[in-house]
Amino acid sequence: MNYNWNWGIFFESSPEGTGTYADMLLSGLAWTIVTALCSWVIAFLLGSLIGVLRTLPNRAANAVGTTYVELFRNIPLLVQMFLWYFVLPEVLPESWGSWLKQLPNAPFYTAVVCLGFFTASRVAEQVRAGIQSLPRGQKMAGTALGLTVAQTYRHVLLPNAYRIILPPLTSEFLNNLKNTSVALTIGLLELTARARAMQEFSFQVFEAFTAATVLYVLINIVVIFISSWIERRVAIPGNR
Amino acid sequence: MSAPLNTSTAPTASTGPMIALSNVSKWYGDFKVLTNCTTAVNKGEVVVVCGPSGSGKSTLIKCVNALEPFQEGQIVVDGTPVRDKRTNLPKLRARVGMVFQHFELFPHLSIADNLTLAQTMVLGRNKDAALSTGMALLDRVGLSAHAKKFPGQLSGGQQQRVAIARALAMNPIVMLFDEPTSALDPEMVGEVLDVMVQLAREGMTMMCVTHEMGFARKVANRVIFMDKGEIVEDATKDDFFGHARSERAQNFLSKILQH
Amino acid sequence: MLANFDFSVITGSLSYLFLDGMRFTLTLTALAAIGGIALGTLIAMMRLSGLPVIPLVAKTYVNLFRSLPLVLVIFWFYFLVPYLGQWVTGADRPMTVGAFTSSLVTFTLFEAAYFSEIMRAGIQSIPKGQAAAAQALGMTYWTSMRTVILPQVFRNMTPILLTQTIVLFQDTSLVYVLSITDFLGAASKVAQRDGRLVEMYLFAAVVYFAVCFVASLAVRRLQKKIAIIR
Repeated sequence: MNYNWNWGIFFESSPEGTGTYADMLLSGLAWTIVTALCSWVIAFLLGSLIGVLRTLPNRAANAVGTTYVELFRNIPLLVQMFLWYFVLPEVLPESWGSWLKQLPNAPFYTAVVCLGFFTASRVAEQVRAGIQSLPRGQKMAGTALGLTVAQTYRHVLLPNAYRIILPPLTSEFLNNLKNTSVALTIGLLELTARARAMQEFSFQVFEAFTAATVLYVLINIVVIFISSWIERRVAIPGNR
Repeated sequence: MSAPLNTSTAPTASTGPMIALSNVSKWYGDFKVLTNCTTAVNKGEVVVVCGPSGSGKSTLIKCVNALEPFQEGQIVVDGTPVRDKRTNLPKLRARVGMVFQHFELFPHLSIADNLTLAQTMVLGRNKDAALSTGMALLDRVGLSAHAKKFPGQLSGGQQQRVAIARALAMNPIVMLFDEPTSALDPEMVGEVLDVMVQLAREGMTMMCVTHEMGFARKVANRVIFMDKGEIVEDATKDDFFGHARSERAQNFLSKILQH
Repeated sequence: MLANFDFSVITGSLSYLFLDGMRFTLTLTALAAIGGIALGTLIAMMRLSGLPVIPLVAKTYVNLFRSLPLVLVIFWFYFLVPYLGQWVTGADRPMTVGAFTSSLVTFTLFEAAYFSEIMRAGIQSIPKGQAAAAQALGMTYWTSMRTVILPQVFRNMTPILLTQTIVLFQDTSLVYVLSITDFLGAASKVAQRDGRLVEMYLFAAVVYFAVCFVASLAVRRLQKKIAIIR
């Protein structure tokens, strides 16, 4: 392979003049993590709500939940990103649209909302599956004790469902984290975008991508570590 | 055991029967699971409901506190019509204790929390009062040493005794038992039945779906026999065991008493 | 605003969108699915082989690809494939590789990691007695895999493999980052050329939705059928 390796490149200053290439990648990593965390908050809350709607004995609630999931699951994330970023400001009333366009950090806010809504549909499916995997008698027992539907969900069904779906939720968290890279198409300067920029400036393709790869693998390991720590913490004595 | 299990202090409303079912019918789609079921459980009475599996007895008892909806007829619990849209069901259910076949303790809560959750959430009792009520009942079912454990750490028989204590902690005016011993290993049936017998002797109004004919002989006032969604026989204990009238009930009895 | 929504932008570019764009997308999806399932099956078998080292290699492959964003992998292979081609053919310069070949290699290798997890679960769900029975009949490992185990796995897992293929179909839109004319790329090029982003992106969304929704309904029907046969 006639490729000129230069691992020292990370310590050379980038043409942006804000530090070395290593700094550039690390700032990308920070944006990746912040975007992933913020969008996860939306995804988790909205996804839980939608997932619960799909388990209620109420046609309208089911329909809302199902429509949401089908809509957000059947359109590619990249297309959704474009809809939020390019289309939404145009179809809103003019004053809102121009406010959106002038928003500082618009790519960041767009990415957070887009990923949040997208991942919510996947979280919803997990939450629904978790609730439906519980014995039917659990809901009945809550009801028989006089708990309202909301109380039964809050104190009986959800605490158990979340424990069951912790592993698939971790996968969804990681998917969401990886999906932040799609936002490079709307100008978010996250890790993959920064690796790509480093490649364009320095021509050291493989060093840049190797560094990004290592960073992604590290975040994965850290997240899985945290997840198994949580799993141990919330484990119920005597179960499984 | 000296202190009572039956701590019901709640006044009951009517002088009529505690539970009155009239012409209750229920369908699952096209399939009729209950047909014109009519009976009553009076205050202080213990009524045992038996019948082959699939006869609708579990469905019937779940209709009493509206865990299962039914399409025709009416059930009145202590003067409150269950199928009436104006009825506050959570409030009604809080006064009707229920024990399930599979215990249905909440696995993520300790035994103490299982006992206090509904007391605080539904009855609005403060934590301390709820805990002392719960602990007293836990003691009555002989499990006070296990308050800090989780359901998964107890045997089936122990879990079912906790489930009974959990229902009693709400000071119910009536207790419903839905096959409380049929998911238990044989050696644990006795400890649960003992608690139920004691409760019956203390005057609790009880409706029990069970195959335990020994229990029925010991404490039941009446026995209801169901088959194919219908109440085939509704007789006093002595009549039922002495000379059951229907062939179906005789058949059932001979099968169940053979072993 | 939607008041001046211009349908003629869409109708005027239909042949470009579908004959150029959608054809690329569907071809890439189909070939990458076939390649990915074949390679994924092999990786799953490696992982369950019980041989030394091989399972670890397979596991590392799967975990590495599963921890990387597809966008990064697309970039990786876009630059790596010419060098790989040079290495394979022994040429003295990096090979010139077309956009299609590069994407096909990328998606096949990337999706193989995901397909292998499905196949692994499928193989593990076949009762151990089946392999034992095949062995008792004197079959070799390969014969029993080919004639007893894998046919059952494919029958059971077809709905999930198809669902993953729908995901793959959506994922191919990411070749946009290489300015390739797939369906979304075509829509985007028209959008830029005519300055009609609203029309083109909404239309792209509707088309993707229609295809994926209908396909997933079909998969669900198939799933019910399989469930009945079993």
